[in-house]
Formats: sequence, C-alpha cells, structure tokens
Amino acid sequence: MTILVVAEHDNKSIKAPTLVAIAAAQKIGDQIEVLVAGSDCMEAAEEASKAQGVSKVLIADNAAYAHQLAENIGDLVAEIGNSYSHIMTPTTTSGKNFMPRVAALLDVAQISDISSVVSEDTFERPIYAGNAIATVQSSDRIKVLTVRGTAFDGVSGEGGNASIETLDHIKDSGLSCWDKDEIVKLERPELTSARIIVSGGRGMQNGENFALLESVADKLGAAMGASRAAVDAGFVPNDMQVGQTGKIVAPDLYIAVGISGAIQHLAGMKDSKVIVAINKDEDAPIFQVADFGLVADLFKAVPEFEALIAS
Amino acid sequence: MLTYVLYETFTPKGIDYLIITGQNIAPVQEIRAVMALGLSPFPTHSAHKEEEFMKVLVTAKRVVDYNVNIRVLNDNSGVDLNNVKMSVNPFDEIAIEEAVRLKEAGNAEEIIVVSIGTSACQEQIRTALALGADRGILVESNDDMQPLAIAKILNAIVEKEKPELIILGKQAIDGDNSQTGQMLAALAGIGQATFASQVEVRDEAVTVTREIDGGLETITVKLPAVVTTDLRLNEPRYASLPNIMKAKKKPIDTYSPDDLGVDAAPRVHVLKVEPPAKRQAGIIVENVEELVDKLRNDVKVIP
Repeated sequence: MTILVVAEHDNKSIKAPTLVAIAAAQKIGDQIEVLVAGSDCMEAAEEASKAQGVSKVLIADNAAYAHQLAENIGDLVAEIGNSYSHIMTPTTTSGKNFMPRVAALLDVAQISDISSVVSEDTFERPIYAGNAIATVQSSDRIKVLTVRGTAFDGVSGEGGNASIETLDHIKDSGLSCWDKDEIVKLERPELTSARIIVSGGRGMQNGENFALLESVADKLGAAMGASRAAVDAGFVPNDMQVGQTGKIVAPDLYIAVGISGAIQHLAGMKDSKVIVAINKDEDAPIFQVADFGLVADLFKAVPEFEALIAS
Repeated sequence: MLTYVLYETFTPKGIDYLIITGQNIAPVQEIRAVMALGLSPFPTHSAHKEEEFMKVLVTAKRVVDYNVNIRVLNDNSGVDLNNVKMSVNPFDEIAIEEAVRLKEAGNAEEIIVVSIGTSACQEQIRTALALGADRGILVESNDDMQPLAIAKILNAIVEKEKPELIILGKQAIDGDNSQTGQMLAALAGIGQATFASQVEVRDEAVTVTREIDGGLETITVKLPAVVTTDLRLNEPRYASLPNIMKAKKKPIDTYSPDDLGVDAAPRVHVLKVEPPAKRQAGIIVENVEELVDKLRNDVKVIP
C-alpha cells in the first residue's frame, strides 16, 4: 500500500497545505511518495524531500506543468496513479481543479475535503457547509482524496531525507493555455486566511456605514466580511460574502456587527475560534453562537470599541 | 483579406498591448493564448460560422434551499429532506444566468438545462426555463446519485447534444463536493475553467478569469469546454411572471440513466451523518469596556 501525495507548490517551495496532506496520509499508511509537477521545480522537490514521513519524491519538470493546468496535471497523475492505493492532495483551488479529473480518468470516486481518517477506506467529511459531518466508505480500488487544510496538523518540513526520482512523462493536452495571474496584494488580509474578520450585516443600513467597520478592521489588521443580506441589499460587493453561498471562514476572532445570524451566514463562520456579536436585537440568533454578545446600538458601540482597542 | 495592427498604448496603469483585427480589439495576452492553442486569433465570420448553432448546456441541481436550517435525522442516516424547501443550487443559478446573458449578447443560440434526480427535479428545470433556458432534460432516478455517475450521465448528454459550452455551478451546497464539472470535462476529453468570475467567448475558445487562492488567474480554453461558476461571475435575475407562464410550455425530455447507458451505482457508501460538535453557549457582556477586556485579557485575541 503506497500513497501518492500531489504537492501544492510554486516551483520554488512547498506550500503549507501539502504538509497537512502528508500528515493525513500518515494516518493511512507509512509508504508516502510526493509528486512535484511543475516547471523548473527542483527547489520545490528538494524541499519536499526534507518533509517528515516522505519515502520518495517524484519530480515531473516540464513547461507543460508550469501553471498547474488541470488537463495536464490530471493526465499525469492519472497515468502514474494506477500503482497507488491512495492519491491525495490538499483542498486548495489547485487541488480542487485537477483532482476530480484524476478520479474520473481512473474511473473511481473522489472523496472531497476529508476532515478525519477513520480507516484506510473510511473518512469523515463536512457536508452542507459543515452543518453535518458524513462518515463515508469507499469501495473503489484507488481512493482519491482531497484533505481539508484546517483538519490536520501538518508534518514538519525539516529533517527528512527522501530520494528524488525524475519522471519523464510529458502530458500536454493542448486544450488550455495560461494567460496571466493577478495575485492580489490586499491592504487587508484575505477573508479565508485572515486571523481576525470584521463583518457587517443589514443592520449597517447602507454601504457608507461600512466605513465604521473598516476603521476597526484597519486597527486590528482584520479582513472585512459581510452577510448575504448586506450583499443582497447592495451595501457591499459579493466577494465579501461570508456564508454557505459565500466564503467559509474560521478565523481566531470573528466580529459580527448588525448581523442577525441567518442559517446561511452561521454555516460560513461558526467554526471561528471566538465569535463576538454586536446587535441591538437581543433575540437575534447570532447570540446563540457568540462567545461574547453585546446588545447595543452598533452606531454607538462600534466607535467606542474602536477607541478602546486603540488605547 | 483581414489585416491586423499591433498597437502599444500607454495608460496610467502601465502598458497595454492591443491587437486590432477587423473591428475586434483584444489584449495581446489573450490573442497569444488563443494562438498557443493552435487557433486563429482572427474573427471567423465565414459561411461556416453562420451555419453553426452554438448550444450551451447548464445544470440545475435540486438542493435544500440555502435558508433552511439543516437537521440531521435521529437515526444518523442522513439529513431530513421531508417538507423542506428545495431550490436550484445557487451556483447553478449563476451558471443559468451566465448562459442567458451569452444568449442575450448573441453568443449562444440555444440553452439546454439538465437536472438529475427524482421527478421533483422538474421544478428546478421549470425555474431554469423561466429564467431563459430553452428546453430541459430530466434524467430521472430515485437512487443516490454521486458526482462520478452524474458526470457520466452529463457526458452521455454532451455526446448527444454536442454543446460548445457546458456551464455548471462550482459545487452544490448539499454535498459540497466540487467534482462534477471537472469529471465531466475529463470524461469528455475537453478542457475546463473552474471557479469562473469572468467568461468571454471567442470564436473557437473561451477566455475565463478564475478565482484562485490569493487572487485571479486568466486562462483560455478551446471549445467545447466546461466552465464552473464562482460567486462573482454575475448576480442572477428573478424570473418574471410572464416568463414563468411561458416556461410551462417549453419542452422537457425525460431519460433514465439506463437509457443513456450509464451505470450509476454509488461507489461511496454513507455510513452515518452526524451533527457537528455544538458550540458552548457564550455570555452577554454589559458594555464595550467589558467586551474589550474579555477579548484582550481572557481569550487574548486582540493586543
């Protein structure tokens, strides 16, 4: 039983979710090989060889893999994947993009976003945006899995000494072509990776009032979020939406201001470590999930809050 | 004969390269991408093009409405679906909207909507027809339909209907799998652009801006192709009453997975479904001072 972990990397270094996927693989078996497919990616492969628990690193170095195009990576992983019991990768936008192609080409199911390993063929995964946890068992010969980034503690990236083997498979489908990347350098952290999030709901009354939350967010180095109600009312753009139909977040601190706590919003933020709710309606459902609730007029409470955190 | 001119123009943001071909203007990056796929960068308004009848296939999965509080069944066999409001998967709504906009812009002639599941899925097909789809296909089954089986069914429909573009939601809000579009593309042997926030159809390719971790990526994919939708792609319209009435007259074909030659047997067995760990009830603080004190000194999440 050998497990293949497909690394997430930028050709120079391995990204942290890869170490999480290796940690999940260790709960299944101890023969773990890591594939680094990229272009000019030897540095990343060398880094992968140092990760704990890795027995071998496979490197596929070709321009066809430079931008992780799903068609090319999918074909490569499906071709070498036949000799493994499990194929795993982190649940990132890249992993989510190519992995289902691998499963379809191998004619096996994929189990997405596993949050726990029960046995070599049985896994837990969140469904309905985390409102339920399903335990599922695969009957396929190869288990294709993506691993939830927050569910396992990643292995150490130091101390390993795996051999590196070069693959000469070149898969270039000619079906798609990369044009450009726009990696956003936000003034504020990105919602899904922020440590603190300040979110506003319909209680903000209009878009201009979100400036109140922006100054709090600036002081805390926080990301800005919003409820679907605030988005539907046209206060803020859709990409700020936290909830089942928006972004799923789990920061250390989530501050919900003027948010009543509709089911669909709670689904997107209830895994936050500490939840603060500020709302003038003491019956608002948000108070049922909040660690600290403040029943108050937000237009008084938020400036006061801002003044106190600055002191 | 078409002529083209390569311009370099300076704008406050930096340098924009433009290629002007006939009456179309496109950034040179996109033109290069189209050429890299072995396609012509020039618009092809030939007789051949006139005959083409570009179809767009979209999906409308029947899911529990996003506003419903999910309840896990007491026997842990699943989620309670009895007397629960069902809707079109919100990401599929975005897919339907995008197809309708392509048609309104003259880039698509026919929109076919597919739903797979029990006969009740007709409701979701009717919703899509009211939003602007032209005809529906229901693949009826009472069994648990998993992404691989759904992708095989959709692939059989793609072989039959030969759409140029297939637009699906990036995931359904029940299973949260995010697999079907990618699996379909692999089975059909075509390219994909997942998590789309902008879609631009050219003659033989589609240029898509994708939402990736930390930013955006633009790729060009040869047609036919699969596109899956992310939140920012568009904001779906509401169906008007006259359109809801008109939708009742639009045709729906019904098949079974067997009719399409697909073995839809599940590969993954659901052993149990449980509610997530409950949050400890919190406290109500008296004022802002107490709140800041708790955050700073008790849970230490702010400096």
